[in-house]
Amino acid sequence: MTTIRLQREDFDIAAEVAALTRGRSDVGAVATFTGICRGDDALAAMTLEHYPGMAEGEIARHVEEAGKRWPLSGVTVIHRYGRLTPGENIVLVVTAAAHRGPAFAAAEFLMDYLKVSAPFWKKEERADGTRWVAAKGADSAAAERWTAPRRPEAAE
Amino acid sequence: MAYVDEMKLVYFAWVRERVGKPEEEVDPPAGVATVSDLVTWLSGRGEEYAYAFENRQAIRAAIDRTHVRPETDIAGAREIAFFPPMTGG
Repeated sequence: MTTIRLQREDFDIAAEVAALTRGRSDVGAVATFTGICRGDDALAAMTLEHYPGMAEGEIARHVEEAGKRWPLSGVTVIHRYGRLTPGENIVLVVTAAAHRGPAFAAAEFLMDYLKVSAPFWKKEERADGTRWVAAKGADSAAAERWTAPRRPEAAE
Repeated sequence: MAYVDEMKLVYFAWVRERVGKPEEEVDPPAGVATVSDLVTWLSGRGEEYAYAFENRQAIRAAIDRTHVRPETDIAGAREIAFFPPMTGG
């Protein structure tokens, strides 16, 4: 079960978790990741722009890839767009599986790819003006480690 | 040489702001075969385009909503998007 939504409005984490577990007895683990707007350096707000159509497609592609890598019983990804102020939710990833390993791993995998391949752009707003957020090399590195021959976590 | 039909270009984030419009229809001349060729051709259309595409390392592209590389052939593309590296999540 896959749900992908792009929306202006906030999301209800408890409701999204319930939607993946209700009426099922095979789900033993649900991992959730929530990305929240930080108020660094007196940030007043940020505006998220996205590429409609492509954003859903890119997320769906990576959800499908996660489903090939781990035995998942459900995934929900919700990404907000528009103007958000510090403390507001930006993104939600919920992964459900029989065991915690796949749930944790898939949630991290999805966030790592979402950051570098889903077409969203953040513009920050402060008292002195606005500026587009620059992409971080660390985010690319985080995504690339999933394509490495052996992941460091694999030794665990 | 593949015939390149009229195509829609869409721009996002600071690429959109620099070009000064969110989208447009273009009909590039024969010889504009790849994404990179298209960027070169666009850059010669005016100072707003030259400014938007001045740093090619910072430009990402998608053809029909799939990420592509500069050397990708644009023949048959209906919608080509240009944007900066993504900063979602």
